[in-house]
Amino acid sequence: MRILAAMSGGVDSSVAAALLAEEGHEVVGVTMKLWGGPSDVGCCSVADVHDARRVADTLGIEHHVFNFGEDFNDRVVNRYADAHAVGRTPNPCIECNRHIKFDRLLLRAAALGFDAVATGHHARIVTRSDGSLRVARGADLAKDQSYVLYMLGAAELGSLKFPVGVLTKTEVRAMAGRMGLRTACKPDSMGVCFIKRGTRPGFLAERLGLTPAEVVDTSGRRLGEVAALELLTVGQRRGLGIGGLSAPAYVVDIDRASATVTVGDRPDLLTTTQRVACLEWAGEVASGPIDVQTSAHGEPRRGNVDGEVVIWGEPQPRVAPGQSMVFYDGDCVLGGGVAA
Amino acid sequence: MSVAYFDHAASTPVRDEVLEAMMPFFRDCYANPTGAHRMARDSRRAIDEARDVLAAGLATEPTGIVFCGSGTEADNLAIFGAAAAGGGRVVCSAAEHHAVLRPVERLGGSVVETDSNGVIDTGALRDALGEDVALVSVMMANNETGVISPLDEIAEVVRTHAPQALFHTDAVQGFPWLDVAEAARLVDLISLSAHKFGGPKGVGVLAVRGGARLRAQIIGGGQEMGLRSGTQNTAGIVGMGKAAEIVLAERDSAVERVRVLRDQLADGLAATVPGVVETAVTPSSGGCTDRSAKVAGSCHLCFEGVESEEMLFLIEREGVYASAASSCASGAEDPSHTLAAMGWPRALARGSLRLSLGYPTTLADVDRVLATLPEAVAQLRRAAGQAAA
Repeated sequence: MRILAAMSGGVDSSVAAALLAEEGHEVVGVTMKLWGGPSDVGCCSVADVHDARRVADTLGIEHHVFNFGEDFNDRVVNRYADAHAVGRTPNPCIECNRHIKFDRLLLRAAALGFDAVATGHHARIVTRSDGSLRVARGADLAKDQSYVLYMLGAAELGSLKFPVGVLTKTEVRAMAGRMGLRTACKPDSMGVCFIKRGTRPGFLAERLGLTPAEVVDTSGRRLGEVAALELLTVGQRRGLGIGGLSAPAYVVDIDRASATVTVGDRPDLLTTTQRVACLEWAGEVASGPIDVQTSAHGEPRRGNVDGEVVIWGEPQPRVAPGQSMVFYDGDCVLGGGVAA
Repeated sequence: MSVAYFDHAASTPVRDEVLEAMMPFFRDCYANPTGAHRMARDSRRAIDEARDVLAAGLATEPTGIVFCGSGTEADNLAIFGAAAAGGGRVVCSAAEHHAVLRPVERLGGSVVETDSNGVIDTGALRDALGEDVALVSVMMANNETGVISPLDEIAEVVRTHAPQALFHTDAVQGFPWLDVAEAARLVDLISLSAHKFGGPKGVGVLAVRGGARLRAQIIGGGQEMGLRSGTQNTAGIVGMGKAAEIVLAERDSAVERVRVLRDQLADGLAATVPGVVETAVTPSSGGCTDRSAKVAGSCHLCFEGVESEEMLFLIEREGVYASAASSCASGAEDPSHTLAAMGWPRALARGSLRLSLGYPTTLADVDRVLATLPEAVAQLRRAAGQAAA
């Protein structure tokens, strides 16, 4: 097969490309240039492109750089800022997967005559008993990335490969070491790739203008003030500047219209009914008791899915609006949506 | 696979004669040209002979020829050097090479809009000028589109509205194709780069005419009339001199030969590929296209509905090497600031392709593009159609 291997400059995608080349496929490496400028620290900085290129050299495969910067800015960065502007908590990795990796890159690969695209995601592609393809959890549950891939359906999965999904991270690093890849010991990427660690407030302030908000308790009593409601997320405990309360206070609601942040005890955060919008299903629409995962590395919880509502078996903390909720059948991703 | 190389505006092969001229200065005559002994004097003489060639080619006194490390360095020296010496504002056009644009931006200078061909708007330039201006920089020919600036008109505006300002031109893309000596009489400072015309990489020249005052930006041993310290790259300078000598002797015939090839290439693509827009051309009588606004080696087009990176990928597979706009440090193609300055819609600019010809280009090379590119564009449009369906 002719395979386009997306190489971020990290160890997982290095090994993914290496495994496919070893299997005898015609592999071409590509690094996507997505961001630039002063906060260019993420998975596509010049240093990472350099690493990817040098790994490709070691493997003896071609390496190209595709510039999807404009699309990334429009569809990932701007939408990230827009979501924060209305008090939501977006997941930009999922939007990047949806619009860039598994749309722009996939289409370009097809246009250029490739049979498949490979990435270094820790996830597997499994065939269901009816012959259809689904994303499933990676072998290394601690590194599993199936959550951020829930938007993939049969149309995409038929031309995708996740070669490291069957390996643990330890195995991936060991392989990279054996193969002499310079990325073997490179630290995992963390956080939002287009924001330098610790600079999120400034990044958002530059794009949004931040809104001061009143902090009130669930009975409406004023407790204090925060400088920017855009920087808060439902479920958050720290950084509210309202010490001295008897019990830990959590953000339970953010109301942009009235510039009010409501805090409460942990029980105030709990709910049995969770609304979910923008549902996407890999196959048939599912309903009834289903495992639901509400953060990238969270534990799945059993809930009863009924249209755009999930009824939890046990009360659960309210999911921050904007966060993805992913539905599983065992290891297998059925679909997902966005907490409303 | 043999290669059809259409990226001469990015770099050219070193000519055989140039390489031969350079070789002795790596192995036999390697002394530091500032030294006193015979080998040092031989090195210095070789540099000064190259200086004489460049001086003739740029209508500049030999003592005004400052060898440096690249065209970019020459541009930086002109702009930062003039600003530091004159203490005034710097002005350039929005379509300048980044080697000019970035220094002007760093100095907080004025960036003047262009017309739809990418030529600086003389009305806007007039408005941007004044007594506080230290330097105006306008490129001789654009690195992306090949469009030639009317330096005589622009010089008149500069001399009238900012008589104290130095006038600089980046002639890096102009030198292989245009009579730079004639244009030099209009300006105070000219930048050149050796590897754009058959010389080696790592050598540039800033010609300083008429005693224009600059402040050195790299200081130390005082080489190059004190304007660029650092041991001279003797072999590189010798190579640049030899390459310039050949350009000066053969330019007219090269322009005539390459112009014909370029027209065949552009006409051939226009005839076989629908939805192609050529930049900065005008249809003239008899169905011919008038490309006199551009240098002879430039064929710059935009293909509707496809993206540069995709075309470049596919034609590379067939051995055709070209480029789009300028490449960024990561190797990705960056959106073109030149086409943006020209007011081109981004949707069309996304499909830009720069096929730049050079002294070695042959008809077989042109035929290779004509046999390759139309099918590549068709393949990409089919794929885009399927994706949209």
